Amino acid sequence: MGYQLSRDNMNQLLLALKKDYKIYAPVLLPGQGRFSNTDLIGYGEINRIEDVVFQQKSYFSPKEVFYPITQTLFYFTEDEYREPQMNPKDIIVLMRSCDIHAVTRLDKIMLENGPHPDSYYLQLRSKLKLVLLDCPTSFDNCFCISMGTQRTENYSFSLRPDNGAYLCDVKEDFAGLFASLGKPLQVSPQFAQQNNQRVSLPEISENLVSSLAFHKLWDEYKTRCIACGRCNTSCPTCSCFTMQDLFYEDNPQCGERRRVWSSCQIDGFTDMAGGHSFRQDKGQRMRFKVLHKVYDFKKRFGLPMCVGCGRCDDVCPEYISFANCVNKLSDALQEVQQHV
Amino acid sequence: MSIHTKKVMKNAWRITKHRDLTCLRIRVPGGHLPVKFLPLVQEIAERYGNGTVHLTTRQGFEVPGISFAKMAEINHLLAPLLQELEINRGVSIDDPTKGYPAAGTRNVSACIGNRVCPNAVFDTTTLAWDVEKIIYPNDPHVKVAITGCPNDCIKAHMQDIGIIGQVEPLYESSRCIGCQACVKNCHKVSTGALTFENHRVKRDPKRCIGCGECVLKCPTAAWTRGDQYFRVIIMGRTGKKNPRIARSFLEWADRATVLKVCSNLYTYIDKYIDRSLPKEHVGYIVDRTGFSIFKEEVLRDVTLLPKTRVAHFIDFGGYMYDRNIHLE
Ligand code: SF4
Ligand code: SF4
Ligand code: SF4
Ligand code: SF4
Ligand code: SF4
Repeated sequence: MGYQLSRDNMNQLLLALKKDYKIYAPVLLPGQGRFSNTDLIGYGEINRIEDVVFQQKSYFSPKEVFYPITQTLFYFTEDEYREPQMNPKDIIVLMRSCDIHAVTRLDKIMLENGPHPDSYYLQLRSKLKLVLLDCPTSFDNCFCISMGTQRTENYSFSLRPDNGAYLCDVKEDFAGLFASLGKPLQVSPQFAQQNNQRVSLPEISENLVSSLAFHKLWDEYKTRCIACGRCNTSCPTCSCFTMQDLFYEDNPQCGERRRVWSSCQIDGFTDMAGGHSFRQDKGQRMRFKVLHKVYDFKKRFGLPMCVGCGRCDDVCPEYISFANCVNKLSDALQEVQQHV
Repeated sequence: MSIHTKKVMKNAWRITKHRDLTCLRIRVPGGHLPVKFLPLVQEIAERYGNGTVHLTTRQGFEVPGISFAKMAEINHLLAPLLQELEINRGVSIDDPTKGYPAAGTRNVSACIGNRVCPNAVFDTTTLAWDVEKIIYPNDPHVKVAITGCPNDCIKAHMQDIGIIGQVEPLYESSRCIGCQACVKNCHKVSTGALTFENHRVKRDPKRCIGCGECVLKCPTAAWTRGDQYFRVIIMGRTGKKNPRIARSFLEWADRATVLKVCSNLYTYIDKYIDRSLPKEHVGYIVDRTGFSIFKEEVLRDVTLLPKTRVAHFIDFGGYMYDRNIHLE
């Protein structure tokens, strides 16, 4: 069912939703860019529809809303522990098609990978309602079409600005709010038709993995990559974390256990007790990341991990292109195939 | 030939080693020039000079090989440049067709700043224009330079007044993944103001110089940029007597303070300059009066921010040539 909502009605709708939901969207964070006098588009809570940035891709992904960068799992004292209180409100997140696909990728890892679903993830995840932000055109570095993530049906409603009003395809009305505030209209969401970046996904058979793993294509990243980890922290599908036990300074018997994102490109990721680190070489880290995103995950779950949002390419300070690297991997695969 | 050398020099023309030739000095405040003025510089050099220009360390042009007789004519040609680079930005010049009204206070130079440089904490060019507006035209020999970060590419450390951008980094611990990129980087390239304790980053505000390296390196925007401030360093100089590097006078000062200090400097000079000398460079005035009088004068009517730090005493150091006389 489609609806058109005037700006005022859209804001009324948001106001009504905010009673039960915290609503997050890409917002402009003035002056928060890395460089002075630059802004950042990041995820933040919105109050009004005007807060939403429609025309640009967010620098960070929506992931941090329901899989926080740092999350306190429990507080402990000497002899007991307590889980933190959850905000009773549910969560609505406005995101683009690729990012919605990324949620399903995270679900796979967090809910289906181990013998038990990750309960901390599940807690927040089960509160989540997805709102699709249309992509009338795609952005720099997007390659969703190559990854088949440019379309989705997985949303409560879709949203795009249109001549001062908003068009929504509503799959799940919220207590009849759309029906009462919107004007019925035929709406289908707009999905990206074209990307400037194309990626050819390699179909890697198991017997060729090791020749690709030792291929010279990874060598250039040894010196190019500076292990800053931005490709990981901006990625909507990276899911790795570490645990931290924090002991309070004024009372070291008490503290909290937190989990914190970690990054496979950064020094220290593979450090083990005893000081051994098995992926010192940044070329090898790149190999691990790229193969994980387009091969290992796919082998396990039947679809690639990467959804082609292109953020890793947007943010790399060394202008390393993940997309380009996957294409090189495909070329290398052809080359290796010819030699078997 | 009758030349009033003092008037000529004040008008930004040089006395040169060629008895009948002068050299024009063009100011480019902030070192940023609309290219539409390049043809004018070219025209002057080709029609009146020897077809070359010298790019000065202060980011101006010197156009050599010009006959003294042509000064008035060229001053006329310069009017649009003076209009746009000086008058339109608030510098008071009565008659732009008469050339530069003063040359003692030198061009305010600036590094490229945040128009281009990722390290820069602020827009150096516009501050240079604001300073130019306050200190020019003026006769006392004063050099001011502005630099976007403590890398000091413009060599603010060699100036009477050097202005260095500072940013207060803000830490949001819930965004921190503990990668320590900020800690390592501050330690390696800056002051080592950061430590990692209890899975969190701590900043020692007394050590931090506000370079923003932590913000640049943080992959999650756990560090972001707070307010912009300035460090003012003073009395650096080259010269034959006692070359020395400028020292910190103010830290974490706001823009209003910086501008007021620049204008107060001229009151101080006017009060204490040795008028028996043909000219006295401000650094030597400070040598005579001592730092505390200087400080009192330049901070007059300045309301410092609570967080601004002021030097109580400065040992300018540097070296004297005559101290080295015993060296072979
Ligand atoms: S690997 Fe890059 S393109 Fe793929 S999902 Fe992550 S950030 Fe997006
Ligand atoms: S963003 Fe670029 S430089 Fe940084 S870790 Fe990733 S690939 Fe390396
Ligand atoms: S001083 Fe700093 S801001 Fe200015 S050019 Fe050098 S590095 Fe860039
Ligand atoms: S660089 Fe950022 S994420 Fe890493 S330790 Fe510093 S504040 Fe934390
Ligand atoms: S601003 Fe510079 S000196 Fe201050 S903590 Fe950050 S890196 Fe260190």
